[in-house]
Amino acid sequence: MSIFEYNGSAVVAMVGKNCFAIASDRRLGVQLQTIATDFQRISKIHDRVFIALSGLATDVQTLYQRLVFRHKLYQLREERDMKPETFASLVSAILYEKRFGPYLCQPVIAGLGEDDKPFICTMDSIGAKELAKDFVVSGTASESLYGACEAMYKPDMEAEELFETISQALLSSVDRDCLSGWGGHVYVVTPTEIKERILKGRMD
Amino acid sequence: MDLLKVNWGRRKHSLFYYLFLASKQLFPLDLYLFSPNPFRFDQPSSSSRLFDFGRMSQAGVDVPAKGGFSFDLCKRNDMLIQKGLKAPSFLKTGTTIVGLIFKDGVILGADTRATEGPIVADKNCEKIHYMAPNIYCCGAGTAADTEAVTDMVSSQLRLHRYQTGRDSRVITALTLLKKHLFSYQGHVSAALVLGGVDITGPHLHTIYPHGSTDTLPFATMGSGSLAAMSVFEAKYKEGLTRDEGIKLVAEAICSGIFNDLGSGSNVDICVITKGHKEYLRNYMEPNPRTYVSSKGYSFTKKTEVLRTKITPLMERVEITEVGEAMEE
Repeated sequence: MSIFEYNGSAVVAMVGKNCFAIASDRRLGVQLQTIATDFQRISKIHDRVFIALSGLATDVQTLYQRLVFRHKLYQLREERDMKPETFASLVSAILYEKRFGPYLCQPVIAGLGEDDKPFICTMDSIGAKELAKDFVVSGTASESLYGACEAMYKPDMEAEELFETISQALLSSVDRDCLSGWGGHVYVVTPTEIKERILKGRMD
Repeated sequence: MDLLKVNWGRRKHSLFYYLFLASKQLFPLDLYLFSPNPFRFDQPSSSSRLFDFGRMSQAGVDVPAKGGFSFDLCKRNDMLIQKGLKAPSFLKTGTTIVGLIFKDGVILGADTRATEGPIVADKNCEKIHYMAPNIYCCGAGTAADTEAVTDMVSSQLRLHRYQTGRDSRVITALTLLKKHLFSYQGHVSAALVLGGVDITGPHLHTIYPHGSTDTLPFATMGSGSLAAMSVFEAKYKEGLTRDEGIKLVAEAICSGIFNDLGSGSNVDICVITKGHKEYLRNYMEPNPRTYVSSKGYSFTKKTEVLRTKITPLMERVEITEVGEAMEE
């Protein structure tokens, strides 16, 4: 069994018209036993940048705490929030520093940049950035997520349609993966508001 | 103690002699190379920490390190692997990368597929990295390694340009890259094709992950290198014009795209001549997505939502200073 399959996870982010959506499942397990059904994988760095981490849950939490720390230092020094591209470079550098003994998680970063232009990117566990214009996926359900997103994604969707698409893609993919599921957690971020929704899914 | 019995590669020295050397940061190679378990100290961070053997490094504060790799989590990862969990696979760029020298300069070409095991992770990634205004480098191997190594050497080249006041030479980039790769003994898995035009003329080099280099008139690297090399060997001649050169490079990359499973998607080309460069991103797209339905998906059954929470974001206020600036 791979280290990433120890806890199980599914994370996806999509780009819409001046908005983005980021979604994850809610299961935390220890191999085949479920120990929590409300695990928080998506974290807010600041109002316009979110990061979701899939993989080993302990590294998810440690890495999140380290990143929030670095962002707070940046805010104190620069007196402003970090841009999503800068934040992605920071995460990549922190992960590559541990090249030969890596953090066992794969981040998905989503944010609104200058002029409210949405930005998404994902990385492997050593920080190789993969910038995409449409969607990025990560986690044990990633293969199904790739297929579902390729089929369901359309460019320039509005916030409501984007929410529907990302939810359908997430729920249909985690249904085909034993290690992730138990509902979904979706954030849809537009320049004026953040909508956080909890989805009802199959509880098996 | 295991440390004392380790053969450090030259003569067996006492532990403290090596600590002295390590603290001078003279031999980063030895410390990593012969130790089965990389030590629990960061290098090349402050030398005083090297003497704290029993303690976990940087226990409390995560200050930005001075650079280099940190081996903190190696022991934990090894323990997980012994317990039966498989190590993670990294994003690789399976790849076909090529370069050739034509009449006025250098042409570099690359495909655009990034793979994670058998899955295509990125259908349109950029494999031709910027090093200097007159030097570009294509990278194959582990994606994080090629990106990090080319970024690092690109910064070093810029600092060198500021210091010397001259344009960078391709041989400088070559030496910096091979020094770094050799010192990590192939563990930084980056195979590169480096090309550029400097004051001494056009140059094309290949660099292997262990640090060996070749200087060639035409070169290919990556999993599709054999497919691309067959095209070059058949059709390359000296003194090609720009258009002939681009056509040949595109043909070689296409042969890699269609015949090698690790390469795919589009063709990127970069043409470098004296004083001028042209980066043709997605020069050819031989694999367009033609099966997309124009209607798209419509979901009749909506997803069920348990809870919704809406957080309005603050209006972004632009503060413009009106009035005169303060005067003494």
